[in-house]
Amino acid sequence: MEDILLKVDNLHAGIEGKEILKGINLTVRPGEVGAIVGQTGCGKSTVSGVVAGDPKFTVTGGSADFHGVDLLALSPEDRSHEGLFLSFQYPVEIPGVSMVNFMRAAVNAKRKYFNEPALSAGDFLKLMRQKREIVELDNKLASRSVNEGFSGGEKKRNEIFQMAVLEPRLSILDETDSGLDIDALRIVAGGVNRLKTERNATIVITHYQRLLDYIKPDFVHILYKGRIVYSGGPELALELEEKGYDWIKQQVDNQ
Amino acid sequence: MSAIDQYISLYEHNREAIDSNAPHALNRLRPDALSALKRFGRFPGKRDEGYTKVSVEDMFAPDFGVNITRVPFAVDVARSFRCDVPNVSTLLGVVVNDSFRPTATLLKNCPEGVTVDSLASVAASDPDFIKEYLGRLSDNRDAAAALNTLLMKEGVVVRVRAGVKLDKAIQIVNIFNASADFMAVRRVLVVIEDDASARILFCDHSQSGDFKYLSSLVTEVFLHRGASLDYCDIEESTEQTSRMSQLFISQDEGSRLTVNGTSLTVGTTRNEYKVDINGSHCDTEIAVMAIADRKQTIDNSARINHFAPRSRSNQLFKYLLDEQSQGAFEGLIYVAPDAVHTEAYQTDRNLLASADARMHTAPQLEIYCDDVKCSHGAATGQLDQNALFYMQTRGVPKSEARMMLMQAFMSDVIDRVAIEGLRDRLRHLVERRLSGEHAACGDCAASCHN
Repeated sequence: MEDILLKVDNLHAGIEGKEILKGINLTVRPGEVGAIVGQTGCGKSTVSGVVAGDPKFTVTGGSADFHGVDLLALSPEDRSHEGLFLSFQYPVEIPGVSMVNFMRAAVNAKRKYFNEPALSAGDFLKLMRQKREIVELDNKLASRSVNEGFSGGEKKRNEIFQMAVLEPRLSILDETDSGLDIDALRIVAGGVNRLKTERNATIVITHYQRLLDYIKPDFVHILYKGRIVYSGGPELALELEEKGYDWIKQQVDNQ
Repeated sequence: MSAIDQYISLYEHNREAIDSNAPHALNRLRPDALSALKRFGRFPGKRDEGYTKVSVEDMFAPDFGVNITRVPFAVDVARSFRCDVPNVSTLLGVVVNDSFRPTATLLKNCPEGVTVDSLASVAASDPDFIKEYLGRLSDNRDAAAALNTLLMKEGVVVRVRAGVKLDKAIQIVNIFNASADFMAVRRVLVVIEDDASARILFCDHSQSGDFKYLSSLVTEVFLHRGASLDYCDIEESTEQTSRMSQLFISQDEGSRLTVNGTSLTVGTTRNEYKVDINGSHCDTEIAVMAIADRKQTIDNSARINHFAPRSRSNQLFKYLLDEQSQGAFEGLIYVAPDAVHTEAYQTDRNLLASADARMHTAPQLEIYCDDVKCSHGAATGQLDQNALFYMQTRGVPKSEARMMLMQAFMSDVIDRVAIEGLRDRLRHLVERRLSGEHAACGDCAASCHN
């Protein structure tokens, strides 16, 4: 059998009765980096939200199979335990919840899901220390409230830090480059690249070529009007940068 | 018959028994209280302004037993009861129902210049001191306070003499333990003299949850020039317990005050905070948290009077209401015409964790002076759905994420608690409260819920 990590089939979803995704088909294999690109409003963030289980959205049709598990039937937390990770475009500030407590709850919830005992305090702190180095996250941030008062760059680094801790099979990075200066972008992309293995996969959602200079995709998918209308290799990203989206739009609209 | 008539008749029938068991310094205040009560005719009800959620009349209406003839309560209650806020201090006193009992360590460790004793015994040994202070702040302009004065017998006096800095916190544990429905008339007098400082923790508990209890509590606090007081109050009682607490505070020049109020488990509670800032350069911080679920009701009312210039006050009230619980907040900042350069702030934040919980809030400013900095703000909302989802995507189960967010909501109130050791204990108690375990059962020997 072919080794497939995620297979999304004819996925329809919307918000408050308005359909946004109109039949998404997407296949992701282990070891791959895929990019979903498209202009503002085409439904990029809805894809990530629906796959992660954001209750804002209602799925109206289709399926998503995640290494043999019916993804759409799981709660967001169980999707996480099964190995899905979403890096938010706008990471949420949670005043009063410290990063340490938050991550301890996350790590131990996953261990409980797999019937493993909770990590000891010492092992947990060691894990935090190791993972912090991957994204050069300041130790001071760990004792602060989740994302509260973090700069844009710190928030995104914090996302990749959490990704490093949770070791997902599939990571979806939603507009990870927005709000990042070039140094922060380099660090975040470096973190993502270091976490890449043959077993896991990454989907990068972006509307800039810039991020794809740092995280090289194997496939590029163009999202337009709630559908993936065109897929290609990494050269497609360069072509879009050069020619814009109009040629694709014309092609689709004339069909 | 209104609730007031019931107590007037009780007093008039038992006048001799009540007066003969109490010193003159207490009895002398009763005639005025009695005529005030006759004038009032009834306690405030929900139709009266400022009493939207709690009817004092309904609270006092049941025919509670009152300990008229000073029947002593079993001492072993004080010994067997393990308070949920342990080891804060060795200066520990216990009030069983309405009778004060110092512990052996309190008697041994109470330092020079510090008095922690029963009101009745101080009134007998130093009547002039009691006459000078008792009833001065809690006048008869309020019916519930007048009733407390009419029936008070025993209580607690804390006095710290001029210049004495008490580093240990004083802890007073109030316990209900009766074999019938019971009203405890509790009275507290705190006097911190010039440049003295103290920290006091009160906590309220109820045992034998089968009976209805009512606590009528009046506390008068005097902070003299340059005095400093950290005052903490925790209620962790039962749903059968009602509490009418009135805290009156007077601050002289340069005094510093923090008040922390915590309602963890209650039946029906009304807490009134009234602070008169009578001198300049005073500092007043009030931070209150209220947690309620089921059909519990918590009503907090605060009035800060800035009578003098150049003082600062800051209030933070936070409510977390779940299920069918109800909360109310009425807060008033009053700035007198000549209280220039006053800084006064008030914040009320409320979290409704269910569709049925209700919150009523009425923040108010009355400013009769131009040169001041004042603000007030109130907001009532629900749990942040984005934060919940964010936490879930990291694998934190929804129920746990909810609990962490609720706990986080109270973290800034807990951070303001001035007694070290109590902050951690409060975090733990709040966590336990939110996880649904019955408060006070963990260590208690009474096993009334088992």
